[in-house]
Amino acid sequence: MATETSQLVTTSRPATRALYLSKNRRPLSALLIFVLLIAFFIFENPKVFLNPTLYTSVFTSLPLSVILVVPLVFIVAAGEIDLSFPSIIGVAAWGFAACAQSSLGPVVGLGVAILLGMLAGLVNGLLVTKVGLSALVSTLGMNFLLRGLIQMGTQGQGIPLTFLRDTAFYQVMVGKIAFAGILFPVQMIWGLAFAAVGWWLFNRSQFGVHICCVGDNSESAREMGIDVDRTKIMGFVYIGIACAFAGVLSTLINNTFWPTTGDGYLLAALAAVFVGGTPTWGGVATITGAVIGAFIVGFIETGLISSGFTGFYTQFFYGVVLILSLVAHRFNQQKRR
Amino acid sequence: MLQKLIELRNITKSYSKVTALEGVTMSVDQPEIVGLIGDNGAGKSTLIKVFSGVHAPDTGEIWVRGQKISRWNVTEARKAGLETVYQDRALAEQQTITRNIFMGRERVGRFGNLKLKDQEAEAERLMRTIGFTSKVFSPDSIVGNLSGGERQGVAIARALYFKAALLILDEPTTALSLTESEKVFGFVRRVKEEGSSCVFISHNIYHTYDVADRFVILDRGTVVMEASKADIPSADVLVKELHGIARTGKISSVA
Repeated sequence: MATETSQLVTTSRPATRALYLSKNRRPLSALLIFVLLIAFFIFENPKVFLNPTLYTSVFTSLPLSVILVVPLVFIVAAGEIDLSFPSIIGVAAWGFAACAQSSLGPVVGLGVAILLGMLAGLVNGLLVTKVGLSALVSTLGMNFLLRGLIQMGTQGQGIPLTFLRDTAFYQVMVGKIAFAGILFPVQMIWGLAFAAVGWWLFNRSQFGVHICCVGDNSESAREMGIDVDRTKIMGFVYIGIACAFAGVLSTLINNTFWPTTGDGYLLAALAAVFVGGTPTWGGVATITGAVIGAFIVGFIETGLISSGFTGFYTQFFYGVVLILSLVAHRFNQQKRR
Repeated sequence: MLQKLIELRNITKSYSKVTALEGVTMSVDQPEIVGLIGDNGAGKSTLIKVFSGVHAPDTGEIWVRGQKISRWNVTEARKAGLETVYQDRALAEQQTITRNIFMGRERVGRFGNLKLKDQEAEAERLMRTIGFTSKVFSPDSIVGNLSGGERQGVAIARALYFKAALLILDEPTTALSLTESEKVFGFVRRVKEEGSSCVFISHNIYHTYDVADRFVILDRGTVVMEASKADIPSADVLVKELHGIARTGKISSVA
C-alpha cells in the first residue's frame, strides 16, 4: 500500500560550474569551433592573421550577419523559418536609398526602411499563421516576389549614394574609429548592440519565453493562453526590422544601392544560426551561439584567402564547416530520457 | 463545513449515435478527492470532458458554488477554477520547470522583463508544496529529463499556481510505473491539503481506494454507485463490486 511518499526535501543544485557548462553547451561548442578555426588560420599565415587590418576588413561586413542571425534565431526557435530576408534587405535598402536621394534625407530613409521591413515581416507572418502556409515555401516565394519587385521597379539600375560619405549620418552608422592602432568600423558596435538587445529579449523577456514555448509545444502554449499566432508574427516582423538595419548599413558601406543588395546573405546568415548550435526543431536556441556562428562564417572567406587559397575554395569550406559543426553539436547534445 | 464546489445534475451527452452519458448526477465538495471508476466505455472520459468544459452536455444542469451556469464551456470552467491537467502533451519538454509552471502567465516587470528570481522562488515553493521529493532537480531542470510521474507533478504544480479550485486529471497514471503512480498520488494528496479538490480517473482500483475520499462508479453512461470511503471497508470490496457490475450490470448489496 502507498505510504506517504512525499516529504519536504530542499532541492539542491548541481555544482555551479557544471550547471553553467550544461546550460551553455551549445554556444560553448560553437566557440570551440571558432577558436580552432582562428588557430588554423594563424598557423597557416601568422603574418596576415596577426595584422589588425585584416580585422578591420572582416568587421566591415560582419555586423550585417550579426544583425541578421539574431531574429533568425527567434524564428527558428519558434519552429518556423524565413527565407525571404535577403529580399527584405533589398526592399528596405531600396526605400532608404530612394529617400536619401530625395529631399527626405537619410534619417527619414532609415525610418522608411524599418517600416518596409516590418510590413514585409507582417505579410510573412500573416501568410504563415492566418492563411496557414508553410513558412519554408511561402517565404521562399516571398523572396522571389520581393526581389522581382525591386528588379521591375529599378529596371536593374543602382542608386549611387556617394554624396552621403561626408554626412554625420554616415559617420555615425558606418564610420571608423581609431582604437589601439586599429581602425574599428562603427557598424560593429551597432551589430553587437543589436545582438545584446536580442539576447535580452530571448533570455530575459516574456517575448523570448513565448517564442520558445510556441516552438516547443504550440498546442500547450495555446492552451496556457499564449497567443501563438501573434508571437510568430512578432518574430517575422523582428526579422523585417533587422533586415532594414542590415540593408541601410550595406548600402552605406558600398556607397550605392544595388538591386541585388542582400542576396549574398541567404546562406551565410542562415548557416551561422545552425553553426552556432541552434537545432532545427524549435523550442531551444542560442543567440550567443548564433553570433559566434556569424563570426565563424565571416572569418572563413577572409581566412582562406589570407591562407593562400583562392576564392574558389570558400563555398567548399562553408560546407565543410557547416557540416562539421552540425556533427559536433549532434555529439554534444543534452542526453534525454 | 464542506461546500459543494460543482454539481452535475442529470447530464446526458451523446455522440451522433452513441449515448455516452445517460442522466449522470454527481458533485464534488471542497476540498475532496473523487475517484471515477468504470470499465472501458463506461463514460469516464466523456464525464471528465464535461467537467473541463470541452464538451457541453446535451441536457442537464451544471451548478458551480450554488449557482447555475447556463453556457458551460472551457472558459466558464476556467473561470470557476477548474483546471484540467492533461497528460504529457501539456508540457513544453525542452523548457525548464519554472518556464512550464508560468507558461502564458509569466511574472513580468514594467518592460516585459521576466522576474526570474521571483518566478524561481515561487516554482521552488510550489514544487515543495506538492511534495517533489527528487533532490536532483531544481526549478532550472529541463522537463524532458524528468520521469513521467514528476512531469505530472509539474503539471499539477502549474494548476496550483493558477489557484485551481478543482484539478481534473484524466488517467494521470496510465503508462506510469507503480512508483511513479505513487508519486502522482502523493501530489494529489498535497493538492487536497492545500484546500483544492481533485477528480481523477485511474485504472488502479487499489490506488484509487487509497487516495480518494469518495468513489463514483460509472457503467454504460450512468452512475451505478456513489460511496464515500467510510462506507467501503477495503479496496477488495470495491473490486468485487466492479466485477459484479461488469457481469450483471447491477449493483450488489453494499452501500
